[in-house]
Amino acid sequence: MHVEVDPPKCVTSGQCVMIAPEVFDQDDEGIVRLLDAEPAPELREAVTEAAAICPAAVIRLVHE
Amino acid sequence: MTARAAPRGVVVVGASAAGLTAAETLRREGFSGTITLVGGEVHLPYDRPPLSKQVLSGSWPPERTGLRQPGDIGALRLDLRLGTTATALDATARTVTLADGAVIVYDGLIIATGVRPRRLPMANSATGVHVLRTLDDALALRDRLGAGRRLVVVGAGFLGAEAAAVARSLGASVTLIEPAPVPLEHAVGAQVGAVLAEIHREHGVNLRTGTAVTGIITDAGRAVGVRQADGTEAAADDVLIAIGSQANTEWLEGSGLKLADGVVCDQYSAAAPGVYAAGDVARWHNPLFGTMMRIEHRTNAAEQGFAAARNLLRPEQARPFAPVPYFWSDQYDVKIQAYGYLPDHDESAVVDGDLEARRFLVAYRRGDFLTAVIAMSMHPKVIHPWRVMIANRVRWSSAVSAPLSA
Repeated sequence: MHVEVDPPKCVTSGQCVMIAPEVFDQDDEGIVRLLDAEPAPELREAVTEAAAICPAAVIRLVHE
Repeated sequence: MTARAAPRGVVVVGASAAGLTAAETLRREGFSGTITLVGGEVHLPYDRPPLSKQVLSGSWPPERTGLRQPGDIGALRLDLRLGTTATALDATARTVTLADGAVIVYDGLIIATGVRPRRLPMANSATGVHVLRTLDDALALRDRLGAGRRLVVVGAGFLGAEAAAVARSLGASVTLIEPAPVPLEHAVGAQVGAVLAEIHREHGVNLRTGTAVTGIITDAGRAVGVRQADGTEAAADDVLIAIGSQANTEWLEGSGLKLADGVVCDQYSAAAPGVYAAGDVARWHNPLFGTMMRIEHRTNAAEQGFAAARNLLRPEQARPFAPVPYFWSDQYDVKIQAYGYLPDHDESAVVDGDLEARRFLVAYRRGDFLTAVIAMSMHPKVIHPWRVMIANRVRWSSAVSAPLSA
């Protein structure tokens, strides 16, 4: 699984950080920071949920 | 108990954030049957919060609101029915009838038909009277804003306040009329509402609170102003009606589903066996707060679409839908973020920053518990522990005295 983010669309809800803190963080303005673009398989479910519920559709998953 | 057969066909009615997320979740969770996604608009699923922000200001082209890339939607292998609405549900025969006459049989149904703007009882067809819910609405209003134009906004909720802020930034003169004493009082309380009132006035908005609009003045079929309860008038080239919304449930009347300002659901977002509701249209029991709620936030649409799809596929492993609601609003250079359940709060207190500086965190109590916070221009790491406390059902007394790790 490969993760992409589109920070200019981020609305700083922090939902992704709550669900998958190993993969996502927020900068001082609250904008998403991607910590790990190739998360380990055990994080797959959390990353999938984060992508699904992001309120600005910022997170895109690319499945190989 | 006999296990229910896995559904072969799921119909999702509503193709905005909740419906799309539900459809996507069904596929991600391994559902390989037919997914029919019905959308009343002709556009591919798009996002609504930018409509009163980036789309209205012109800083985003409309395409940027697309919720997914067209290829990603194609990969979901949907039976996509756009530009048509559902007109009837037969929950016994398990069929949905569409406006174009199609009758679709389902095993599972997700209702995500959202809300539509409330309107004033008068002059709705006059040219220059706007609502703001769809992309087409936003583009029509955007084309009317600019220097020298006069906009009257009826209703200072989040939508009206955001539109007023954008219109000012484009140079329009703006009158914002609200029956409550301060903007957003119902949602955020008087303290935070007063701060928002100041901000709008500083930016040149003619804010008239404590007064209702009683009529739209028209001339040859075109809106030219509004009349207020006290007899005063406000001249306008355009009028935006932003007085809240109503759930799109008419098509479900007579279906046997319980309707009460939304589709009534249990804590799993289920309205009946195999029938779920998600997003703005769903009124469900949120066990975290112990109350029925219907939430018109973008975040909830996705979260509930996700939860409803999972529970539909695996009812025997259903998880209660118990989110901490979240919304945000951008007005001028201010960002407001709110976590939790704000209606009917009993008390509020500034727990960090201060109102004067317009950098603050206000906590809200309902009963014995911390139930919500609102932050203006605060660092996310300050907000985070409060959100965790709301999710953990922390008592008010310990929440407001807790030492916080910043």
